[in-house]
Amino acid sequence: MIKFSERQLKTPKLMRPVYLVTAGQSKFDRAIPEKRTEELCVDALTMAARLIDKSPAELKSYIHSCYYGHFADHFGDQLLGEAVIHDRLGLDPLGNIGVKTGGATGGSTLWETVKAVASGYSDCALAMGWERMDEVPTDEGNHLISCAADKDWETPLGHIYTGYYAVMAQKYWQVFGKQEESFRRTLAEISVKHHGYARFNPYAQAPMDITVDDVLNSPVVAYPLRALDCCLMSVGAACAIICDEPTAMELTKNTQHKPLRIWVAAGSHTLRPACRRDMEIPLLPNESPDQYADMAEKFPGGERYPGFTGFLGARMAAYYGYRMAGIVDPTEDLDVIELHDAFTISDVQSYEDVGIRPYGYGRDYVESGDCYHTNPHTGEPGKLPSNLSGGLIGCMHAVGATGIMQTLEIASHIWNRWAEIHGDPKTWEEFGREKPADWTDLQVKDAKRALAISHAGVGSHVTSTILMDPDHLLKEDA
Amino acid sequence: MSIFGTVRVKNGQYKIKGDFHHITPNVPIRNEEDGWRLMGITNPRSMTYMHSYGGEAPFFESISQGKILGTRCDDPDCEFKGTTYIPFRIYCPDCLSKNTIVDFTDICKNTGKIHTFMVCERSGAFNTLEKPIKFINVEFDGIDTILMSYLSIGEPKMGLRVVPIFRTRNPSYTITDLSWVTEGVAEEDLPEGFTYG
Repeated sequence: MIKFSERQLKTPKLMRPVYLVTAGQSKFDRAIPEKRTEELCVDALTMAARLIDKSPAELKSYIHSCYYGHFADHFGDQLLGEAVIHDRLGLDPLGNIGVKTGGATGGSTLWETVKAVASGYSDCALAMGWERMDEVPTDEGNHLISCAADKDWETPLGHIYTGYYAVMAQKYWQVFGKQEESFRRTLAEISVKHHGYARFNPYAQAPMDITVDDVLNSPVVAYPLRALDCCLMSVGAACAIICDEPTAMELTKNTQHKPLRIWVAAGSHTLRPACRRDMEIPLLPNESPDQYADMAEKFPGGERYPGFTGFLGARMAAYYGYRMAGIVDPTEDLDVIELHDAFTISDVQSYEDVGIRPYGYGRDYVESGDCYHTNPHTGEPGKLPSNLSGGLIGCMHAVGATGIMQTLEIASHIWNRWAEIHGDPKTWEEFGREKPADWTDLQVKDAKRALAISHAGVGSHVTSTILMDPDHLLKEDA
Repeated sequence: MSIFGTVRVKNGQYKIKGDFHHITPNVPIRNEEDGWRLMGITNPRSMTYMHSYGGEAPFFESISQGKILGTRCDDPDCEFKGTTYIPFRIYCPDCLSKNTIVDFTDICKNTGKIHTFMVCERSGAFNTLEKPIKFINVEFDGIDTILMSYLSIGEPKMGLRVVPIFRTRNPSYTITDLSWVTEGVAEEDLPEGFTYG
């Protein structure tokens, strides 16, 4: 469709307030030969219990239904893996279901879990996501991922997903980046930032102290994208416990831990970018109808929407999510975000899709320093820090777990527990990773509201997960 | 003896002949840093799938014959009647009526131009194209969508005119049978198996 009815554009509504109570995650790595997937899931659930001073058995006794995000059966080579995990977590006979929406699987799993609680079906539900991408070598892995493109029309063209993003990178660079070398360096800066933040995250797979030139000199995968512009291929698990208000309060009674309000919304667009037809830009609350009237003059070649430069799915996830939760301007209303940086270019595209900057001006979010924990130009806190976990480029992309990892990360800031979760020497030691001498506390001070974007395909499925301190809501009836 | 798996359809059913899988022994995975203890096992797998092109089959046949078929919504009640599709879409995504199959070969030959592109130095497993692969997305006058394909001869650049070539000799019946070159390339210089149709 290229036109949407009012019914389709209805602001989604949860039937009752829903809370993220706790979350957990395993170590993330390219390969974890010493553990089965279920062991990683147990690690994640155990951490979630620990954060609210409960034993795993105590926490389990609250869970009423389970939602499992696992994208690629062919990676783990186990059909109905959800049943294996569910059994090994000892959660029989509870109802459970598998969710798979490519890279957005983690976000979509939360979407389903939140709806289950909002509807009253469950008062406490488990969202658990994982991926096992170490069962095949990297080139076979790239082939398997490319099967998430159209098998007849796209997969045979290189069998590599990076290629499907690189054509977008090329278009974006030429139209909005105006072929400036400085824009290419801005893209590289994103990789430097995310690998750099990963250095302070013991769970992260690819901590690196690198420079823009290192990124620009890394091997070309699909020009203009280079190896260090790309996300990781990972193994790991992450989970979240979602509850209604009374259960959230009961689970956290006598603890310092504060349940957070949660909303999740979702959008979609064609799996084949080739099939995108031109349409009007659906506007976010901080945009005006005349704002994009002169796109073709400002950015010759940029007159198509979404063309090869935007993601309608991400735009719609924000469109629904912001209206649901009362967000008007994400930069003003949010304190910290995690974006789906599958590639440096898609990170920039997302800034525009979710309204951090208008279409065409995404690069400014990086160049202004707003996206940093500490703005490198001013030394002051960044206006809206992004991907302090290291993101998909620095931390992990264990597909089914990714959207949940992002949610734990943003929650840790609102809980004011970032340093505890990322800085504990025991965690570094347990994972066999050396805590850097210059380890830095990336806690965003006084964080009250946050957003995570989970994204699949070349924008085929996208979710927006919004968290808020319940004492700092933007809309009373949200 | 192993016979390459082949399939035909008769009486609406697949009739198969030959081997569709090969059995290779599992091999243990051991930890050389920990007394060579057992960690896991390899699971070799070689399988042949039977895949239906369904309503898109005319397109994959046509490129092997030097033609590009697309589709158009001709439903008089559709708000977007007249929308044209390459890639071929069997049904109109707006009204869900069956699209009309249209031969767009001439439009493709006369108006194809690069919308965007990239050069792929690495590929995933099972890639059959020569590297670097020059991915191009081709736009056409009067066609509402854009086709992803690859450039066999020439240096890609946005706005560059390109013309289709077809693997009409020993076609693979996959999307790789359709490729593109810049204008003016002699037919004898085309990659092996390809012609202008």
